[in-house]
Amino acid sequence: MTIDQTGSPSAAGHQFPAGSDAFPHRHLLGIAGLQPWEILFLLKEAEQWVDLNRQSSKHADRLDGLTVINAFFENSTRTLLSFEIAGKRMGADVVNMHAAQSSVKKGETLIDTAVTLNAMRADAIVIRHGSSGAVQLIADKVDCPVLNAGDGSHEHPTQALLDALTIQRRKGDISGLTVTICGDVMHSRVARSNIYCLTTLGAKVRVCAPTALLPVALDRMNVEAFSNFDEALDGADVVMMLRLQNERMNGDFIPSPREFHHLYGLTRERLALAKPDALVMHPGPMNRGVEISSDVADDVERSAIIEQVEMGVAVRMACLDILTRRSRGVEGWS
Amino acid sequence: MKQVFTNAQVLVPGATAPQPLNVTTDGDRIINVSEKAPSPDRDNIDCKGAILAPGIIDLGVFAIDKPAFHYGGVTRAALMPDQSPVLDLPAMIKHNASEGKPDLWSHPLAAATKGLLGAELAEIGLMKQAGARAVATGRSWIANSGIMLKLLHYCRSLDMPVIVHSEDSGLTANAVATAGETATRLGLSSAPASAESLSIARDIALVRESGAHVHFRQVTTAQGLDLIRQAKAEGLPVTCGITPAHLFLSDIAISDFRTFAKLSPPLRSEEDRLACLESIRDSTIDVISSGHDPRGPEDKRLPFAEAESGMAGAETLLALSLNLVRDGYVDLSRLFELLSTAPAKILGVEAGQISKGFEADLILIDIDAPWQVDTRRMAAAAGNTPFDKLPVQGRVRAIYKGGKAL
Repeated sequence: MTIDQTGSPSAAGHQFPAGSDAFPHRHLLGIAGLQPWEILFLLKEAEQWVDLNRQSSKHADRLDGLTVINAFFENSTRTLLSFEIAGKRMGADVVNMHAAQSSVKKGETLIDTAVTLNAMRADAIVIRHGSSGAVQLIADKVDCPVLNAGDGSHEHPTQALLDALTIQRRKGDISGLTVTICGDVMHSRVARSNIYCLTTLGAKVRVCAPTALLPVALDRMNVEAFSNFDEALDGADVVMMLRLQNERMNGDFIPSPREFHHLYGLTRERLALAKPDALVMHPGPMNRGVEISSDVADDVERSAIIEQVEMGVAVRMACLDILTRRSRGVEGWS
Repeated sequence: MKQVFTNAQVLVPGATAPQPLNVTTDGDRIINVSEKAPSPDRDNIDCKGAILAPGIIDLGVFAIDKPAFHYGGVTRAALMPDQSPVLDLPAMIKHNASEGKPDLWSHPLAAATKGLLGAELAEIGLMKQAGARAVATGRSWIANSGIMLKLLHYCRSLDMPVIVHSEDSGLTANAVATAGETATRLGLSSAPASAESLSIARDIALVRESGAHVHFRQVTTAQGLDLIRQAKAEGLPVTCGITPAHLFLSDIAISDFRTFAKLSPPLRSEEDRLACLESIRDSTIDVISSGHDPRGPEDKRLPFAEAESGMAGAETLLALSLNLVRDGYVDLSRLFELLSTAPAKILGVEAGQISKGFEADLILIDIDAPWQVDTRRMAAAAGNTPFDKLPVQGRVRAIYKGGKAL
């Protein structure tokens, strides 16, 4: 299939300023700082990969000969797999580095690891790290594009992009939608990236959690904070549930999982408070019976949870493609 | 050997502006401050109209870093007990007290508790005999109020001030920033600014019980400063200090995960910063110190949460503090009370002011000389300053420790 690589965003409302790059950033470290037309450009580019991924032969040769390193300093199954599949479908040689098997365990500093990866001449590095800001630290030391696959409680930009793509495909224009994000907002990089992404695209974002799991100054991020889930759900177009980390469920932030489910679990009764066609999302992995009940999670009419995973591969393909266009010398990308 | 500093603008106690005076020293002491022209048999040092000020006494540094201290006009430094090993034995006090001599005097602060663990009192009396002039709790507070009260009673009986760190460790836990918009955006674990006022409130209550002199090393929040103000009005023996970082930077400085701006206590909100400046103006704050803590890349070039706190502050201390004079918060004489006189009084040393009988620790400064802070060209053992590339004014032109030019 032939695909337009010059990347001129043509859709109306993108407000793309004439004369500049469609995506002028070297790395994808976060959603914060991206312009709405840049986000929409990434989403538009991802659409073609959704189509490709649904064909029986899922191979594009765009990244032929390029090396993509997935450096995961924190455990991950689905994000790592998604990036690996994305890279391979684009024709890149994909190498996974797990921290458990790496010299990180032998005391090597993050900077030394970054310099080492750089010396192996990767064409793109995908990094997940448990510490906020760690991905940016590496990006400053390497010559190739860096994609943040989640850093601490800071950002997880490809998750927000895949969520936006999912919403856009189901609901059309994101602008004007009311999106309720519920769960451990305090520690969630998914929540932060989604807040940046959805507010930038014009959605009304509500977050909901017990106050101890809500960071301060959320109003400065154009977000409305709730600690009553029923109120937060009222009239919502999208309900996005966050995973509650096990280590926070036993008396530290939350008395018990069952109490959390009672107050903040998304059940069918609660979902009825949202709009009749409200979309249910979850970045996974789910704690069934804690933040979401199984009948809601498995309702194909309402739940987009499986679709989110599918969109994830497409979005990551688009990101790898766009960020390597300069090094590949694609016309119009200098 | 006698010598006379002539043609100087001298900062003397009681005067609001520098006075055209001659300062005569004999050996390590100031023996005369007068308008009288010097007799010709003495060595004259022509100051060419520069400001002659008392050497800075840096209360609470984490390393003895002579090049940085001399660049910044520091003639004495009180060394925090957070060393490796911790300064909790008389022998370590003795060793560290003589380390910088003769051109820099170090006043090691005795660890309040063994290993600074906050559990058992260290041998404070023996450390006093070995030369310790004050006690410090180090980078952390003593969480157990019972132990804190015993410490204060004990230090009261030994007539030693206690220098405390003011952050409630239950609230700060693993926090690396102050709760606020910046920490929320960056996804950094944070503690509310009230972690400071909570710990100050407790310690003030214990001062009321014990009568011990407590110096709150860094008070950085409006609430904390209000408590100090009230305690002083009540007549309690409390003093407090701050570093230029908390006067001139707010938590926005940690955006982009800049570890050079990771400090302990962390940088605060803009409102708190402005309250700190007002507390300089109304003299609630007694001491400005550098908190000098040079840290190399192995401690700083790390993800924010993993990096060590602290900044190399000694060489920028004077130039940054002079901004307070230019902005009208204090006059030059008051500034040197903050930098020299008050720290000397807390340590009980005859230094920190240009008066007859005091130690001849003197600095000649050009308060207008412009320069630029540059992390790559610092005199300090490491260049970890959050003020990189900042244009500043004020340079030390000459420094005399005990009458001797360095």
